[in-house]
Amino acid sequence: MDLVQMQKSLQDYTKSLFLEGILDSQFLQLQQLQDESNPDFVSQVVTLFFQDSDRILNDLSLSLGQQVVDFKKVDPHVHQLKGSSSSIGAQRVKNACVVFRNFCEQQNVEACHRCLQQVKQEYYLVKNRLETLFKLEQQIVASGGMIPAVELGF
Amino acid sequence: MTREELPNLAESKLTALVVDDNFVNQSIHQKLLSRLGIQNDVVCNGKEAVDAHCSGRNYDLILMDMDMPIMNGTQATKRLREMGIESKIAGVTTRANEGEKKEFMEAGLNDFQEKPLTISKLLSILHKLDFYVQT
Repeated sequence: MDLVQMQKSLQDYTKSLFLEGILDSQFLQLQQLQDESNPDFVSQVVTLFFQDSDRILNDLSLSLGQQVVDFKKVDPHVHQLKGSSSSIGAQRVKNACVVFRNFCEQQNVEACHRCLQQVKQEYYLVKNRLETLFKLEQQIVASGGMIPAVELGF
Repeated sequence: MTREELPNLAESKLTALVVDDNFVNQSIHQKLLSRLGIQNDVVCNGKEAVDAHCSGRNYDLILMDMDMPIMNGTQATKRLREMGIESKIAGVTTRANEGEKKEFMEAGLNDFQEKPLTISKLLSILHKLDFYVQT
């Protein structure tokens, strides 16, 4: 695949993430902050998000797996994940966390278990898609090209 | 707003403190401030913010998260005002209910913005608090 095709593929792939609601405009904000002084800013922040989220999801699984669920422990974790997913533009993860928090407030254990599965599903989806996005970017840079700006046009 | 249009406030030598327990938010808020030329430090909770001021550090602007362990943003803001800290404090938090927002504002905030923070929201804070200088 030549450079122009790779750049077009990246643009189309990025657009699809927005069209599917996996990412929102906050991700564009992160891209705008990336510059020559910190050319890997987006991938650094997203990596932090992945590390943070892996830890939180593990803690949530443990907390919800207890005989007696302590919602005072569960809710702050969901709040954290909601915050960081919102900050990087991971819209569907954020939305799943909003639903999760509502059931935490109701102390509905069964619903919370379902919510955790939903959050995990959305998280692994965005993780997979972003990892693919970064690989496409790396291929373009390795070929001597520039990462094209995203033009959403909608 | 393009990168070229962003004001650089480095000449004004503004300083800011980011108070947030979330590493993702810390990273983004610090980058937002750096992009505008604002030197900044970061701490992980309200108690660390209070301790930083007790040790003699002072900032023009504090970006204060609400929900943090050990000491939350509302408690930290109250404490800083009791200590006589006159820095501008902007509360930044994800959607809080009206009661929580009111309590946070009444603790001594100068401004409030909902997360996620963006360049325009940060500029709005700076403008409202009379930091923003039109270039």
